[in-house]
Amino acid sequence: MIEDRVTQPTRELTRSEKRFVGIHVIFAVAALSIGIQYGPMQALEHAGLDLYPKMSFLASSYYQGLTLHGVLNALIWTTFFITGFLTLVVIKGLERPLRYPWLNRIGFWMMVVGLFTAAIPILGNQATVLYTFYPPMEASALFYIGLVLVVVGSWIEGYGMYFTFYAWRKENPGTRSPFVALAAVITMVMWQIATIGIASEILAIILPSVFGWTSGTDPQLSRTLFWFTGHPLVYFWVLPAYLSWYAMLPKQVGGKMFSDSLARLVFWLFLILSTPLGFHHQFADPGVPAGWKFIHALLTLGVSFPSLLTLFTVVASLEYGGRKRGGKGLFGWIRALPWSNPSVVWQLLAGLLFVFGGIGGIINASYNVNLALHNTSWVPGHFHLTVASAATMSFVGISFWLVPYLTGKPLWRPKLAAAAAWIYFGGMVIFSNAMHVIGLLGAPRRTPLGTAPYVPGEWAGHLWRIGFGGTIMWIGLMIFIVVVAVTALQRKRLPEDQLVEVPIAESIRDPQMTPEWLDRWRPWLIAAVVLILLSYGPQLYEQITQIQLTSPGFTP
Amino acid sequence: MSDAPEQNIHIDPYERTWIRISIGFLIFFIIMIVVAGLALGIQVPTDEGRVNPNTLDAELPWSEPGLREIVPGEEYEVYIVASRFSFNPREITVPKGAKVTFWATSSDVQHGFALEGTNVNMMVIPGQVSKLSATFDEPGEYNYICHEYCGLGHAAMFGTVTVES
Repeated sequence: MIEDRVTQPTRELTRSEKRFVGIHVIFAVAALSIGIQYGPMQALEHAGLDLYPKMSFLASSYYQGLTLHGVLNALIWTTFFITGFLTLVVIKGLERPLRYPWLNRIGFWMMVVGLFTAAIPILGNQATVLYTFYPPMEASALFYIGLVLVVVGSWIEGYGMYFTFYAWRKENPGTRSPFVALAAVITMVMWQIATIGIASEILAIILPSVFGWTSGTDPQLSRTLFWFTGHPLVYFWVLPAYLSWYAMLPKQVGGKMFSDSLARLVFWLFLILSTPLGFHHQFADPGVPAGWKFIHALLTLGVSFPSLLTLFTVVASLEYGGRKRGGKGLFGWIRALPWSNPSVVWQLLAGLLFVFGGIGGIINASYNVNLALHNTSWVPGHFHLTVASAATMSFVGISFWLVPYLTGKPLWRPKLAAAAAWIYFGGMVIFSNAMHVIGLLGAPRRTPLGTAPYVPGEWAGHLWRIGFGGTIMWIGLMIFIVVVAVTALQRKRLPEDQLVEVPIAESIRDPQMTPEWLDRWRPWLIAAVVLILLSYGPQLYEQITQIQLTSPGFTP
Repeated sequence: MSDAPEQNIHIDPYERTWIRISIGFLIFFIIMIVVAGLALGIQVPTDEGRVNPNTLDAELPWSEPGLREIVPGEEYEVYIVASRFSFNPREITVPKGAKVTFWATSSDVQHGFALEGTNVNMMVIPGQVSKLSATFDEPGEYNYICHEYCGLGHAAMFGTVTVES
């Protein structure tokens, strides 16, 4: 074991690079700060307190509020934060500037234009179709055009990262690529492959129908294309959190990365396994043969393997750090972790909640078991443990070093920021547990249960817990928004010798000892494409050749 | 001569154990799914053919939705058309012990069909035919609920199976 390697002199981001990353974060946090306002309104509606009529300036209906909540939180907050964060990771990880900074700028501003284009119809109640926008329910064309611009903009930002990675490779032959940069670029490549589904759904099926060029849509094929993207979307949210847990959190707790090789292996496995499993969202669909659903169920259980590896490696890295800090005994190292550090505590609790998100995910993926929960409120209960916990809580934690790093200003009220993690965590435990429970009792998702006529009196306690937990969660995230806003806007600056660093952990072993096949793109890219062709090819061929555009659009 | 470090993937012994446990769990889960599917007969919907959502009124069996008795007291079929914001038929009555096969399609947007207390849970998609069965061993009322957002009246969309003793 090589304990202390000579570290390279580090190159910090330039002012303009910091500004570029920072503007991503501003848009992300702004979207979140609007999106979460609808959370307690939905949760309280379940509990019997319908605020929508009283607050009609926020949304004209429960469903318009739900559309805003889903699009702003799950699509905009995540995509803007992730592209900004990964841009920083690529620059900092490779210790070099972007190869073509203008390319990344084009991508970013295309995302901004897309955001506003989609926002106009959503705010005008012309796109109350929720963030899955299943045809033949139809929104204003601007909604779809806006979404396409956001997705294509994120592709272009990805291209900027690929070129930068390639340039680094040319400059550093024979050297293992830094894990963080490799992980960032793998995430963007996975996203590029996966979003081909949603792009073709919108461009080839939905928009021609909205414009009246075709007689309608084929709803089943649209669903198949949507879920080609829909599940990998979850990995696009979660992989940046994994990146932080693998390679940044260990540094923040005073430790090292447990295994460079396995971390790389996990990201490569996500590249090849994230996409060929979308039918597990369609177990209840009529137009997909059961045999193909079963194959996708097996592949979904396969993709839980890299997550199980992550659980071990991340906990092992944390234990290494905890013991270095003087933690003793079987569990003493847990207490020794820096729980008072807001960035750390948000991410530790994110990981803890994700254990339950992962278990729920395996249940969802289990073919016939899925019938017990498909489209019930179990499902939003589950994805609040993934996108709203694993991803969002990690991004909040990352922001607590990122904003001081970008601005050179000290974090405002770190104790409050750390306490907010426990508030949000507590709210999430109450909320998501109640959502899972009434889901199993048969409560449908995406439904204002406070007014639904079939809701039995026995659910009242659970519905009340949903309202209570949802409101607590809102308080936790509002504290986050206030803390980062005051941090960025205050006049106070950090003295030169106390500037915040980007936490990048060394691995325990020299990365040069990692085998070369874990640092090569070609075999993994080929495997990814082959696996998609095998798992999706026959069904896509059949559904496309038998396309029936028999469903004209309906406004909600 | 070369001082290049030895390259290998290096897996910690504890991690090796964890990997074995993980793979063991996943294999166990797969076996349980297969057992539930084959031995308990819990099946997911599959491809049942297609239909034109614009001409349901003119096409049997969809032009006459409702209950069909196949074997009196034992076996029934029901054809259900989902439209915004109701199921047709809204109410079905069957005797205790009946095995009922639910066939469903949509005349407009996507809907859902989940029958309380059973494994009947399927999407109802325009252009597609959905089918699942349930056997009712207990008398009582079972709601079938639309679980896909279909428009402003979605929350009111449900029907009831009454099982008589």
